Amino acid sequence: MATKTPVSLTATPIGTLYRGGEGMWTWVLQRITGVSVFFFLFVHVLDTALVRVSPEAYDTVIATYKTPIVALLEVGLVGAVLYHALNGIRIILIDFWSRGPRVQKQMTWVIAAIWLVVMVPGVFFMLKHSVEALFGSTP
Amino acid sequence: MSTAVIDIPETVVPVATDVTFRIRRYRPEYDQEPHWEDYTVALYPTDRVLTALEKIKAELDGSLTFRRSCGHGICGSDAMRINGRNRLACKTLVKDLDISKVITVEAIKGLPLEKDLVVDMEPFFAAYRQVLPFLMPEGHEPTKERIQSAEDRARFDDTTKCILCACCTTSCPVFWTDEAYFGPAAIVAAHRFIFDSRDAGSEARLEVLNEKEGVWRCRTTFNCTDACPRGIEVTKAIQEVKRALIFKRV
Repeated sequence: MATKTPVSLTATPIGTLYRGGEGMWTWVLQRITGVSVFFFLFVHVLDTALVRVSPEAYDTVIATYKTPIVALLEVGLVGAVLYHALNGIRIILIDFWSRGPRVQKQMTWVIAAIWLVVMVPGVFFMLKHSVEALFGSTP
Repeated sequence: MSTAVIDIPETVVPVATDVTFRIRRYRPEYDQEPHWEDYTVALYPTDRVLTALEKIKAELDGSLTFRRSCGHGICGSDAMRINGRNRLACKTLVKDLDISKVITVEAIKGLPLEKDLVVDMEPFFAAYRQVLPFLMPEGHEPTKERIQSAEDRARFDDTTKCILCACCTTSCPVFWTDEAYFGPAAIVAAHRFIFDSRDAGSEARLEVLNEKEGVWRCRTTFNCTDACPRGIEVTKAIQEVKRALIFKRV
């Protein structure tokens, strides 16, 4: 049976998302984590420079960093920096190791494994204090 | 006299199944914007996507426009985006697709869309011409053939397989946003001669590719390697050209 049906004009008039593999998505993540880390460094330079303006203002800003929400952001930062560094090593190997391009998929899974191995205990210790402060019975 | 009777199990007999294709149509004389249209045709698992397009054109909508020439994966005419990935329609079989879902077919990305599945290939060929894709021999013409060892021939064997279908170049995220980038196909073409021991034009080609829009724009996303219907390790070839530039050694 052969039929022809027009699809509504509103159904994704633009093309579909390109279905790239590991290489494309690691590249997208590398950009996202890179820009995120850059903005962190921007804020970090500003808050550290504040100590030259007024030590009291600096103390106030640092005090706001000791909240659980900032603790979560810190976990995000560590995750972003770790991914960016590991994938950076993968890219260096693709660039300078002649076998690199052939094993890029395997290297992607290796860095994913290292990232998890570091992040799971890392997150535990980083958030331990926040969880205790929020839900702990003893102060 | 006994005749040999072959029992053909029923499961082996191919059965035609209805397959729905969602094709991104654009007819510049009528349409402001491209739009999607669904077509259902009966196909065998061994049919190609190209067969489906020909069937749709013959039976359902004669206005459907696409390029095709040899239909055997060697002319490089029918590159298109099938289920979100660049493929040759003549090398993609129905049995390798999930026909329980609608199969999307659209033109390759990053080149000007002319009509339906047809794009303007000129920017692609312009980049190809710029890398001087022809043998530039040294010295006098020999009376016999130019001798080359098997090892020397093997160095660029992979990049001789290119059919200029543009699957790789139009799968590259860098090329989508920067049409000035030479793109994987042009670098593959350059690689084929840069690493040819009989060729003396490597310096000129490397100079072209050392420019801002040359090999350094490559971000190693490997979309090109995945897209190549000839199985060329495109990213590997680009990396070899980068290393030739860094270490000044071919």
